[in-house]
Amino acid sequence: MTIGPAAEAPTASEYIVHHLTQLTNTGVRQTHIIDFSLINIDTMVFSLAMGLAALLIMMLVARRATSGVPGRLQAAVEIVVDMVESQSKAIVHGDRSFIAPLALTVFVWVFFMNALDLLPVDLLPRIWQQASGNPHAFLRIVPTADLNGTLGMSMGVLLLMFWYNIKIKGFGGFVHELFAAPFGDKIILYPFNLLLNIIEFAAKSISLGMRLFGNMYAGELIFMLIALLGATATWWGIGMHLIAGTVWAIFHILIITLQAFIFMMLTLVYIGQAHESH
Amino acid sequence: MNLNATLFAQLAVFFILAWFTMKFVWPPIMKALDERAQKITDGLAAADKAKNDLVLTERKVIEEMRKARESATEVRANADRQGAQLLEEARLEANRIVAQAREAAEGEAAIAAQRAKEALREQVAQLAVAGAERILRREINPQVHAELLANLKAEL
Repeated sequence: MTIGPAAEAPTASEYIVHHLTQLTNTGVRQTHIIDFSLINIDTMVFSLAMGLAALLIMMLVARRATSGVPGRLQAAVEIVVDMVESQSKAIVHGDRSFIAPLALTVFVWVFFMNALDLLPVDLLPRIWQQASGNPHAFLRIVPTADLNGTLGMSMGVLLLMFWYNIKIKGFGGFVHELFAAPFGDKIILYPFNLLLNIIEFAAKSISLGMRLFGNMYAGELIFMLIALLGATATWWGIGMHLIAGTVWAIFHILIITLQAFIFMMLTLVYIGQAHESH
Repeated sequence: MNLNATLFAQLAVFFILAWFTMKFVWPPIMKALDERAQKITDGLAAADKAKNDLVLTERKVIEEMRKARESATEVRANADRQGAQLLEEARLEANRIVAQAREAAEGEAAIAAQRAKEALREQVAQLAVAGAERILRREINPQVHAELLANLKAEL
């Protein structure tokens, strides 16, 4: 941030840039595109917190789960579990003892992380600035609006694709398929097959992470722009903030659910494809 | 848009959370769901069975009712017949008793009449003798009738 002590308020662009900067372990803004010496504290804390919150709620329900008449919370969890179970059963043909729970985790976890986007954009950053004593401290609370968060998960899905490919087809079978599919098992076609397969795996996993990231990043950005309307401190600006913020937040409920669902479905589809030979 | 070590940390968290779900969340919920499905299946089967049983029982009840009605009719007919028979026997017995009583009464009456007749006859004889004596005492002339009396004496 470039605000001097004399500055009354940041400019619009400074406000946006400040809000889009992660809180790293050094507390300094990352300058290189890739720098593995840094880690985003905010993404880790909030993704872990959301993951634990989601799983602890579900674990409490699971512990008290009765096969008799379920309570409302149990019924709600059962609806989600049943949805995930039926989707995974339809998509993945094979042993689902890890895949189905994985899909449930992905759906609920991503939903919880996305839902952080519905908190007022300045609420937690302002609290953090007060608590840390640094008025310019960075904080981004939505882990899925951080490319590291979403690509981390899609890399996990990529590893699982490799794992299940090898598990189902054997290491030799998988390598053979990399070279022999999709064009045909001819020596002259091997390079093209391999190239296409590499592109396919890369495209799958990068698009999986990028899609979620892009949606949540854009949603977050629009919340910030709406907040800037209110920051004009005019009746017009505050009224627009109220109306646009309400409309966008309501629409965003759909987006966060839909993106969580899409991420889960694609995870299942990609792992399901690993179960089928070309 | 910057990449850093968060990527790998998130990758690790991804697997840890999935493992946690597989271990502690998924099995109990699926168990509850399966058990409930089983319970519902059992319940539906039991309901079907109960419905069949009810139909059978109703049929049996109707059959039993019919049997009971038949046997009741039979019992009533028997009772009527028996009752008529008893009545008939009683009437015969009564007639017999009445006849016997009348016979006995008539017998006693005849004996009594006989006895009264005999007593009367005795008294009449005595009266006749007494009357005859008085008449004889006035009429008899011992001389005239000495021979007669002597004959009577001889006869006596």
